[in-house]
Amino acid sequence: MLQVISLLVENKPGALMRVTGVLSARGYNIESLTVARTLDPGLSRMTIAVDVDAALRQQVIKQMNKLVNVLQAVDLTEERAVLRELVLVKVRAVQGTRTAVLKEAEIFGARVVDSSPEGFALEATGDLEKLDEFIDVMRSYGEVECTRSGVVAVALEPKKLRLQPPVPTKAAANSEEKDGVLNG
Amino acid sequence: MLMSGAKMLLECLVREGVDCFFGYPGGVTLPFYDALYDHPIRHVLVRHEENACFAAEGYARATGKVGVCCATSGPGATNLITGLVDSMMDSIPIVALTGQVSTKLIGSDAFQEADTFGITRSCTKHNYLVKKLEDLPQVVHEAFYIAASGRPGPVLVDVPKDVFQGQSHYQPVTAIHLPGYKVYTEGHTGQIRRAAQLIGESQRPMVYAGGGIIAAGASGELRALVELVDAPAVTTLMGLGALSATHPNFVSMPGMHVSYAANMGMTHCDLIIALGVRFDDRVTGRLAAFAPHAKVIHVDIDPAEIGKNRAADVPIVGDVKRVLGKLNKLLEDALPVDQAKRAAARKAWWAQLRKWQAEHPLVPVTSDSEIKPQHLMMEIDRLSGGKAIVTSDVGQHQMWAAQFIRFTEPRQWINSGGLGSMGFGLPSAIGAQFARPDKLVFSIVGDGGFQMSIPELATVASYGLPIKIVVMNNGYLGMVRQWQELFYNNRLSAVELDCFPDAEKLAGAYGFKGRTIDKPWELTPALEEAVRDPGPYLLNVKVSPHECVYPMVPAGGAINEMVLGPPQPVAVPK
Repeated sequence: MLQVISLLVENKPGALMRVTGVLSARGYNIESLTVARTLDPGLSRMTIAVDVDAALRQQVIKQMNKLVNVLQAVDLTEERAVLRELVLVKVRAVQGTRTAVLKEAEIFGARVVDSSPEGFALEATGDLEKLDEFIDVMRSYGEVECTRSGVVAVALEPKKLRLQPPVPTKAAANSEEKDGVLNG
Repeated sequence: MLMSGAKMLLECLVREGVDCFFGYPGGVTLPFYDALYDHPIRHVLVRHEENACFAAEGYARATGKVGVCCATSGPGATNLITGLVDSMMDSIPIVALTGQVSTKLIGSDAFQEADTFGITRSCTKHNYLVKKLEDLPQVVHEAFYIAASGRPGPVLVDVPKDVFQGQSHYQPVTAIHLPGYKVYTEGHTGQIRRAAQLIGESQRPMVYAGGGIIAAGASGELRALVELVDAPAVTTLMGLGALSATHPNFVSMPGMHVSYAANMGMTHCDLIIALGVRFDDRVTGRLAAFAPHAKVIHVDIDPAEIGKNRAADVPIVGDVKRVLGKLNKLLEDALPVDQAKRAAARKAWWAQLRKWQAEHPLVPVTSDSEIKPQHLMMEIDRLSGGKAIVTSDVGQHQMWAAQFIRFTEPRQWINSGGLGSMGFGLPSAIGAQFARPDKLVFSIVGDGGFQMSIPELATVASYGLPIKIVVMNNGYLGMVRQWQELFYNNRLSAVELDCFPDAEKLAGAYGFKGRTIDKPWELTPALEEAVRDPGPYLLNVKVSPHECVYPMVPAGGAINEMVLGPPQPVAVPK
């Protein structure tokens, strides 16, 4: 089963590399990854789907949480969460099949975003399995070309976000006790 | 005040309390070195960038302060890598400063350009590329804070040439805000209470303490705990000196190459009190067979270490000094009850341990005809009297030093533990000697590792550092030879080092004294002469070439399945 990890990261150069580095250093291949900024433009939300050995999942999350630029990394695999993905499908549909294709698209709640005599471009969202089915169905009508967005997720349980308050620099604190700063 | 980037960087170093750093200049760091020309901060010119990082590590390991090293862009930066990984593996606080080509040239394959930021991402705790001069002071202070706090580690700051050259108004930085950088220090009160309870119930506890004790400065607390619980204590290679080797409860180091009693104790105990350790494979042997009857209390400041290799019954994330402070208080309160409850069991446990110690002690091998490496280490131990700083590389000499030199305080034993870097011993001794000019520093190295660090003899000579370099010379890459001998049918492949320079001439060429000895009766006078000499000294000690380190847990074995001595019958070279 894929592990779905949701991260809140600082929008800084190299942040993506640090997060994916935790996975690549352990030889894991990322199935999908999405990143976009949040309401706070200084922060980004990342959703990663990756096939990690069950025994190592905790360790991966902990290593991500250790990264300076990561505010929070949570494992949504076993949690109450909504997972959605978007797919754009170009399907060849000529005279005989056009109505049938549109009917099928309607069943999957897909929208037509372009129409031409050669066929349609369709947009669908849903969970991963539903999109797999949708693509399979469209394939049965002819050649398809598709681009998937990768999964995005939102946890349904509130996640407590613990942020660190500012600390004085050593220079500023030098008048106070010396060890205080070093030990956070 | 208008200030150049180079001056600003120096100003930040001063504010961080840096009095000395190790580096090697180059093209893009020219503006920085120009600012350094009339600056009071001390720059030590080493002979290779890798050794700048190792020296900074020696400095940090000897003092607990952040070690600083500096290199130019491209090859200068890539030469730092081994040192960065080394300090990452051993949790040593390092700030590495590198020059970078000017911002406009980044990405153009400019002369001496390398993607230092990308390359060092996985070998640092955190790293920075400073593209705007205004960010520089903030970044430098953040780097020091990250390097030293939590689980210490290396932080690299990459500074382009034009950032060094730019002029800007300097504003001292008063606060650091890293919202995602979590440092857990206090430890969960409930878990600490559970730990105290488990300790109270335990019949056969073992204290397993590591480098975390030294990083946290928690030796006093460790000693108090060991005495309160009256538990046998083992310290890891990184933790030697955390509890004095002369303490009656000290057993030795556990794991691949150390004592029977320590490994049997770990295997048969019912509770492991793990403090600032990471259940490294060299300690645990085959993990599935490690301490099968024990519950585990695991205290570490890094949450990712807890449960990584061995599941913890009581996980405590926190600064081991503070956690032990609280735990000891609880134990003290419960002491009268616990002591009465456990007296008989504890007596039996100690009797068992003493029996194991007596059955297979570490054998101080000596000979009349040749110098045994163990004999060499025992003599160094005697001369040190528990006072000297000892640095080492990696390999047989490191294991024998760890077995036979008794460290009585933290920060006396400086070696490359996790990464096992050859060529670490001499440059780290340079850093340690700068940090502790008052201390006698022995650099014990093998003939292999020494030949990786020969360039630094120039640094030793040029600064007149009175380091006593002791080469344990067996003419082999001894540890590799040992494995080929034992596990590869004695097919000795590419391990013979059949050429070694004349130590007297080599040292003489640098202007200090050197000597080669190979007779056991020469050992004591030669070491005494080296220590008496006010300057650097290179002592090349030819030891018996075929000695192997025992006991030994073969790779993949359980730690109670030790090989205690050479296979029989023994072919004794005459």
